[in-house]
Amino acid sequence: MKYAYYPGCSLHSTAKEYDLSTKEVASALGIELVEIPGWACCGATPAHLTVQSLSIALPVKNLLQAKNMDAGDVVTCCAACFSRLKIANHFMETETEKRKEVEGIVGERYEGEVKARHFLEVLTKDLGLDKLKTKVAKELKGLKVACYYGCLLTRPKGVTGIDDLEDPRLLDDLMGTIGVEAVKWPYKTECCGASFSLSKTEIVLKLSGDILEMASDEGAEAIVVACPLCQSNLDLRQGMINKKLKKSFDIPIFYFTQLVALSLGIAPGKLGFDKHMVNPVKLLKKKGIIA
Amino acid sequence: MKWFVSQDVIKAPIQDILERGSGQKVRRCYQCGKCSAGCPMSFKMEHLPNQIIRMIQLGMEKEVLSSQTIWLCASCLACTARCPREIDIAEIMDFLRRRAYLKRVKPKLDAKVLLFNKVFLWNVEWFGRLYEIALIGMFNMFSLEFFKDFSIAPKMFLMRKIGLFPALKINRKEIREIFKRSHKVGLDQKDK
Ligand code: SF4
Ligand code: SF4
Repeated sequence: MKYAYYPGCSLHSTAKEYDLSTKEVASALGIELVEIPGWACCGATPAHLTVQSLSIALPVKNLLQAKNMDAGDVVTCCAACFSRLKIANHFMETETEKRKEVEGIVGERYEGEVKARHFLEVLTKDLGLDKLKTKVAKELKGLKVACYYGCLLTRPKGVTGIDDLEDPRLLDDLMGTIGVEAVKWPYKTECCGASFSLSKTEIVLKLSGDILEMASDEGAEAIVVACPLCQSNLDLRQGMINKKLKKSFDIPIFYFTQLVALSLGIAPGKLGFDKHMVNPVKLLKKKGIIA
Repeated sequence: MKWFVSQDVIKAPIQDILERGSGQKVRRCYQCGKCSAGCPMSFKMEHLPNQIIRMIQLGMEKEVLSSQTIWLCASCLACTARCPREIDIAEIMDFLRRRAYLKRVKPKLDAKVLLFNKVFLWNVEWFGRLYEIALIGMFNMFSLEFFKDFSIAPKMFLMRKIGLFPALKINRKEIREIFKRSHKVGLDQKDK
């Protein structure tokens, strides 16, 4: 299995541990990720709020770059990049008139032919959970988590289309496969306020605070995410949330790749746990998952 | 809030312009309110998403473009996922923000989101990828909140969560060219 890897800006900065653990998991499972040379930012939310053509042209530029390297589908770990790549592809497939103008901007013909995938899909669909199960060296028994999908992994319908809109299950099933218990909770697809992290921090504190509270009320000891923006709002800002809401949450926020890596027997030292604000090592030790 | 909506306003072309530009059939909305019920930002909005749709039907372009609501929308797509009339409300919010940007209409109270977008895009145009230090630094400088996130920034450095230098190996000239051409084309904002 070979993919063109699009890390996106976050995985090279605030979410380095996501990048590290993804690469570890991929290489342990024989999945080849070839980084797209010279990839650029997808434009994220600011682009689609400002100029439509730019918000399509930036992802298309990256998809074209991947096309030229002939490494198969593009895979990304960031739910926001994933959504922008998918939306751009959908646009280029369906908007036959406007497509020409975008082609003019990037200087090449493109009709959405390079598929964009999320790494979660690669594990659960391309590789498959049955196959993954045979590679699990140690089930992570005793750990209770809330699987948090956020907004952009499943929406909009018919564009990303990776899972059910209101009750996605991919992460829950993946956790089940590696022995982790996923609690039932109603905030799987609530919004953490991601795009307002810097511009409207007080809103992020409220929305992310609600998510932490719900997870802890439902008995989760940690939250598992598939997006670097969700992770940084819940982890990096947890101290501020505690101060603002007068709470004492101490809930580690894992990337699903970190837990999968542990179950495959990959050494914890390689998974960037030291880059978390809320220390996850304590909990993992308590559960006997790491020594 | 009560409005008097004059004949001139009702005849305003915004509904047609929006339907053409965004491809969204605003007139299909039957005001069920489901979009607003699931909106995570509604607690801060002065007009709820369904009200924005109604205001467009009534031709109230000025009120809509200068509202806080369009800048409070977090683009979470919950409304779009749930609308029984299959209206992409989030896309309408996008269209309205892009229109406000083009027409230089600023929100009445808080323009921080606009500032963030500007600094973010400037950053990408210049470096090809996000260069966090420049982003955070410039945003804090222009929003006059110099010490914002001062409590977590040093820790982020130590954990090497933010790098000191911008990424190399990107064809920045090409990216700048894409920015230049995109601003010229615009796509959805052809109607005046
Ligand atoms: S959910 Fe759709 S039909 Fe209902 S009020 Fe909102 S836009 Fe109108
Ligand atoms: S996309 Fe915007 S308007 Fe729609 S539910 Fe999310 S925040 Fe509310």
